[in-house]
Amino acid sequence: MNLLKLLDKMCPETNSPEEKDMFFSRREAFRQFGDMSKKVAMAAVPLGILSALPKVAKADTASLIGVLNFALTLEHLEYRYYQMGIESGVIDGADSAIFMKIRDHELAHVNFLTEVVGNVLGGTPVAEPDFDFTAGGNFMPFEDYGQFLALSQAFEDTGVRAYKGQAGNVMENDVVLTAALSIHSVEARHASMVRRLRTKKGQDDVKGWITNGSNGTLPAATQAIYAGEENVSHGGVNVVDLTGIDAGAVSEGWDEPLNKDQVLGIASLFLA
Amino acid sequence: MKNELIKPQGLIKNANRRQFLKTGSLSVAAAGLIMVGCKDVEEINPMPPMGDGVMLGSGDIGILNYAYALEQLEAAFYGAVIQGGYFANASAEEKTIMGDLEKHERAHKEFFKAALGDAAIADLEVDFSAINFGDRMSVLNAAKTFEDLGVAAYNGAGQYIENVDYLLIAGKIVSVEARHAAAIRDLLNPGSADFAGDDLIDENGLERTLNFSQVLTAASAYVTTPIDFSQLPS
Repeated sequence: MNLLKLLDKMCPETNSPEEKDMFFSRREAFRQFGDMSKKVAMAAVPLGILSALPKVAKADTASLIGVLNFALTLEHLEYRYYQMGIESGVIDGADSAIFMKIRDHELAHVNFLTEVVGNVLGGTPVAEPDFDFTAGGNFMPFEDYGQFLALSQAFEDTGVRAYKGQAGNVMENDVVLTAALSIHSVEARHASMVRRLRTKKGQDDVKGWITNGSNGTLPAATQAIYAGEENVSHGGVNVVDLTGIDAGAVSEGWDEPLNKDQVLGIASLFLA
Repeated sequence: MKNELIKPQGLIKNANRRQFLKTGSLSVAAAGLIMVGCKDVEEINPMPPMGDGVMLGSGDIGILNYAYALEQLEAAFYGAVIQGGYFANASAEEKTIMGDLEKHERAHKEFFKAALGDAAIADLEVDFSAINFGDRMSVLNAAKTFEDLGVAAYNGAGQYIENVDYLLIAGKIVSVEARHAAAIRDLLNPGSADFAGDDLIDENGLERTLNFSQVLTAASAYVTTPIDFSQLPS
């Protein structure tokens, strides 16, 4: 998806014919500057166009910016973590293709969300925080590969829950929702891969999916990441009672959300 | 119990979300501009139900039936896998994975059936004659197709869901389908980047989405029951 398509699909949430006309005509003007995802001539875009966009549906736009900046914070964390991991040399050579790909995705997410917040929604993309991946001296992820993998799993499983928890908050904008869902499933693919990798290396017995609310052999400090994952009731239907399938397997079949405060509580362990 | 999920209110369109269109489209037409993507979902398709097929229906019910159809396909597939020769001789790891996936997909299927209640479509007829259940590569490649398709289907359908509770339920399931897909892809090409391959994920790090027609066309290679999705939102 490129950003012009995104802009194309944004719709003015207003009843004023004048504002609607302005939205669509500004959009047409904006279009002429080319594909923003390639960063073409952004400096040449008249400020008036950028400032006109958020004027439409201001409250909705502010809310979207808030959600996407929250997501961007997490993507900054993930990208920096993998970049430092790759630079440190801690990663087994046999696994480098996996972590290079994950790193590339997290960087793409950082860039994408930065563009959307800054150049489509007219907001201020959150700057990369300073991270402390030792969490105050408790971990050595860039010296100990087992710890690197453990924190990677923690971050990916948290990311899945974080995006899931925000879906309802962006559902009024179809394109932002679809983009968020399309990042969400990528994070889930990462999580599955890293979880299985840890088990293949004998560090845990976790599967690609989360069984009950188990954090496996991860440090106790990660328990909040898995709290609530044991849920087996959805939409008022207890799926264990319905199917007779064991609760462990049913819990694996549905991932659970976390809200923003819960996620920030987890992430704050790694803020310098 | 089964009626708790599907409430009549779920079928009522969220007025705020689409209300601008009622007058907005006139304004835009007058300005001579093409409006892309800002469509109303209230279009009524008069196409009658098919005699020997299933009609998914409209609105959120239609989308839940769409998910139910895909889960029926996946559940039937893994049900056949665990009865087959590949599974009988599979490694311990692959037996665990296939056994888990069979349970997850069966749970998804039964959940949607219960949640939809009287609105649920009938059981679909499947045809897996193109899959050799005695052959590891045949089974894993089919599993990859189904799991990747499921993820793209949920990702593509999310924007049409009106009820936030249904959106969350779809979100809870799609990430598990993505976990499955990554595991199957890693079994096929261990240690590679295929678990989240460039064939699915674009330069912005966004996974592929597929629309109703694309998904059901792909599924029709294995589902013999005609599926009428003409009333789904667009």
